Amino acid sequence: MDVLKKVPVREQDPKVRATNFEEVCYGYNLEEAQAEASRCIQCKNPKCVGGCPVNIDIPGFIKEITNGDIEKAFKVIGQYSALPAVCGRVCPQESQCEERCIRGIKGDPVSIGKLERFTADWAREHNIKPEMPKEKNGRKVAVIGAGPAGLTCAGDLAKLGYDVTIFEALHEPGGVLVYGIPEFRLPKETVVKAEIENVKALGVKIETNVVIGKSTTIDELMEEEGFEAVFIGSGAGLPKFMGIPGENANGVFSANEYLTRNNLMKAFDKSYDTPIIAGKKVAVVGGGNVAMDAARTALRLGAEVYIVYRRGEAELPARVEEVHHAKEEGIIFKLLTNPKEILVNEDGWVCGMRCVEMELGEPDESGRRRPVEKKDSEFVLELDTVIMSLGTSPNPLISSTTEGLEVNRHKCIVADEETGMSSREGVFAGGDAVTGAATVILAMGAGKKAAAGIDRYLKSK
Amino acid sequence: MAENYKYTITKKEALANSIYLMDVLAPRVAKNCYPGQFVIVKIDEKGERIPLTICDYDREAGTVTIVFQAIGPSTQLMSQYEEGEAFRDFTGPLGHKSELIDMPREELSKKQILFVAGGVGSAPVYPQVKWMKENGYDVDCIIGARNKDLIILEDRMRKWAKNLYITTDDGSYGFKGNVNECIKDLVNNQGKKYDLVVAIGPMIMMKFVCILTKELGIKTIVSMNPVMVDGTGMCGACRLSIGNEVKFACVDGPEFDGHLVNFDEALQRLQMYKSPGGKKILREKEGATHHHPGCECHEE
Ligand SMILES: Cc1cc2nc3c(=O)[nH]c(=O)nc-3n(C[C@H](O)[C@H](O)[C@H](O)COP(=O)(O)OP(=O)(O)OC[C@H]3O[C@@H](n4cnc5c(N)ncnc54)[C@H](O)[C@@H]3O)c2cc1C
Ligand SMILES: Cc1cc2nc3c(=O)[nH]c(=O)nc-3n(C[C@H](O)[C@H](O)[C@H](O)COP(=O)(O)OP(=O)(O)OC[C@H]3O[C@@H](n4cnc5c(N)ncnc54)[C@H](O)[C@@H]3O)c2cc1C
Ligand code: SF4
Ligand code: SF4
Ligand code: FES
Ligand SMILES: [Mg+2]
Repeated sequence: MDVLKKVPVREQDPKVRATNFEEVCYGYNLEEAQAEASRCIQCKNPKCVGGCPVNIDIPGFIKEITNGDIEKAFKVIGQYSALPAVCGRVCPQESQCEERCIRGIKGDPVSIGKLERFTADWAREHNIKPEMPKEKNGRKVAVIGAGPAGLTCAGDLAKLGYDVTIFEALHEPGGVLVYGIPEFRLPKETVVKAEIENVKALGVKIETNVVIGKSTTIDELMEEEGFEAVFIGSGAGLPKFMGIPGENANGVFSANEYLTRNNLMKAFDKSYDTPIIAGKKVAVVGGGNVAMDAARTALRLGAEVYIVYRRGEAELPARVEEVHHAKEEGIIFKLLTNPKEILVNEDGWVCGMRCVEMELGEPDESGRRRPVEKKDSEFVLELDTVIMSLGTSPNPLISSTTEGLEVNRHKCIVADEETGMSSREGVFAGGDAVTGAATVILAMGAGKKAAAGIDRYLKSK
Repeated sequence: MAENYKYTITKKEALANSIYLMDVLAPRVAKNCYPGQFVIVKIDEKGERIPLTICDYDREAGTVTIVFQAIGPSTQLMSQYEEGEAFRDFTGPLGHKSELIDMPREELSKKQILFVAGGVGSAPVYPQVKWMKENGYDVDCIIGARNKDLIILEDRMRKWAKNLYITTDDGSYGFKGNVNECIKDLVNNQGKKYDLVVAIGPMIMMKFVCILTKELGIKTIVSMNPVMVDGTGMCGACRLSIGNEVKFACVDGPEFDGHLVNFDEALQRLQMYKSPGGKKILREKEGATHHHPGCECHEE
């Protein structure tokens, strides 16, 4: 074995997986995991840990894998993360823990994410449960939103003995993990549901179908239902559109709609009632993870799919692994291309998209080179479906119904970075609702900090 | 039906052929809902999220009343549920309450209001008329339908409306003509004066009412029912063009100033997911105004 190279991970063949919704990556088996774990040199001052937003004791759990004590490895991770099977799959490891791994200087970094995933999957398959909290203190805390931020905050508070209820607007807990990220990257039944069950096993109650701001308000929760503190982890779910002509034509969807129909409502499975318009020739506008997910979903539903993105390959905000997988599966990348108008046929349906070619000019305020239109480069892409994946912002439902809750000009809730405390006494917030659309692990990190913040606040009250 | 479903049907009534009323146990919704708002019902594990307007509520009993027309697979399945059975999910209240409810009393008491209910639209109109009367305001109401069999909630509405006018397209009951002809009759022949119309029914009806009331110079509120998925502002399926803006019906509506709504676009978008059965009914409801050579309606 070449210690400079990571143990390769087995994946579903691109041709086969392009036609199904089963998981792309198979993960390591015990033997592979131990081989990969042995590449970790157990640094005295492990740089990798600083790259993980929840500071998982990475050498600590990897050492247990090398020793063959996977249950112990799981317990180590469990002290830091409630959703390791999720993070091991969807964390942008290459820019977090693995980016800082010392092994990466001369060769491949240790596959920390894949090892984390292996550990969590093994624990689930062997029915290992997280440790139950010792005693309850009976104090009630409400958590709004059952996404990664809310689940983490709730789990941590339950471990500290609090009586926690999560209120979730949708009919399933999980947030983006259930409605956004597709099955082929993150299996819902086996992985997401199982990790949510682990949070429930800590004593956390989850009440679905409760839209805070509508079904009840933060004030009612605190004044009438006896919750002493509230954590808002309501995410950033409001989709943006471009504002170009034709955008309301039949056959134009937000990525959220397309993905929600397919993931949360399981439209790909004909035994479910929710319909989806798969499309034959689909353009996804945007270059982030969400765009890749929408594109790869449309592909699996049988379409020929284009990614239309106004900057270049190097600027694609999506994870490298996702772009790589998308290309392998046959997604066609139309880079340096910007839509100007969606063309609509006489029946009101999309029939094409007028686009213009772009070139990169001077760097803009984000530091990336600004795309500018190339003269006389307009062309028409023939299509029957367009999926807009231009980012999302926080939903104003909660901020508009909670007096004294400060938001910034992006509608993000203003919260202290260390404690999660908002401008309202007893109300804390974290995750995408505070930062705008970010990552699972950052949301979890914010949930953790807020749990500690809430604990300090309630103890001093 | 799974045993852990908690949104129990406490009452079921057939109001007309394929139109049903149900009271559903949903205390959180019942506690905070108002006329104008809607719920989303998911029948079972595999069901879709079905938006339905709140037709009444009993805060004490913790129940919410829905009225629905069985048109496609989901609403047909719903119609097979009986008292004592339960739905998997029942979320709400969603959307904004009717703007009348927060209007200053002084302003509201000066208004002459005409409610116009078309078909199942009687259901969402009903709680508004009831609320007005309970709060001391007299209002007029038209209930219109294609024929007598499709007139619903007449007795209940009569209890709260000052004047109730029934109209049927075929003249089988009440005035003969569509709701617009009835409005014209009231305004032109019977000397009625209105400064606000609230029109709720099939989109095509609301469109034509708005054309008429614009001519008559009467402000008109409509309740839009575009395709929805989440109902919380997350998917954008429900987007509408209102004036120069794009609005999400689920969080910005469902009620809008009817004179600002782009009905043609909304009608077009409503076609998107129709099942063949639903399309047939839509064709009957919306008439010849939707024209798609490719649409299955024209192939039967
Ligand atoms: C398609 C897609 C792919 C992604 N891929 C990745 C990836 O590969 N890696 C990665 O790290 N990140 C990825 N992300 C981003 C990541 O999923 C989010 O940053 C993360 O989920 C944010 O967590 P959260 O808990 O803050 O919010 P969310 O996950 O958005 O959860 C918020 C929850 O709150 C609920 N809610 C909202 N309003 C209310 C209310 N008023 N009352 C009650 N409940 C409410 C929502 O229904 C939702 O369940 C992706 C996002 C999308 C959309
Ligand atoms: C805010 C709101 C309030 C509503 N209130 C009522 C009510 O009080 N009573 C009532 O009978 N109906 C109401 N509707 C319409 C009702 O939701 C549809 O009739 C129902 O979804 C049709 O489903 P189906 O599978 O039976 O029909 P199908 O024709 O098979 O529907 C196929 C698809 O089209 C969509 N769809 C079809 N018709 C409509 C429609 N009229 N509005 C929105 N989406 C539609 C659905 O998403 C569905 O997935 C309301 C709709 C909205 C948006
Ligand atoms: S949670 Fe994410 S960043 Fe932290 S160790 Fe795991 S994969 Fe790396
Ligand atoms: S930096 Fe790399 S080698 Fe060092 S402890 Fe972390 S994972 Fe192991
Ligand atoms: S129904 Fe999804 S945004 Fe309105
Ligand atoms: Mg249906």
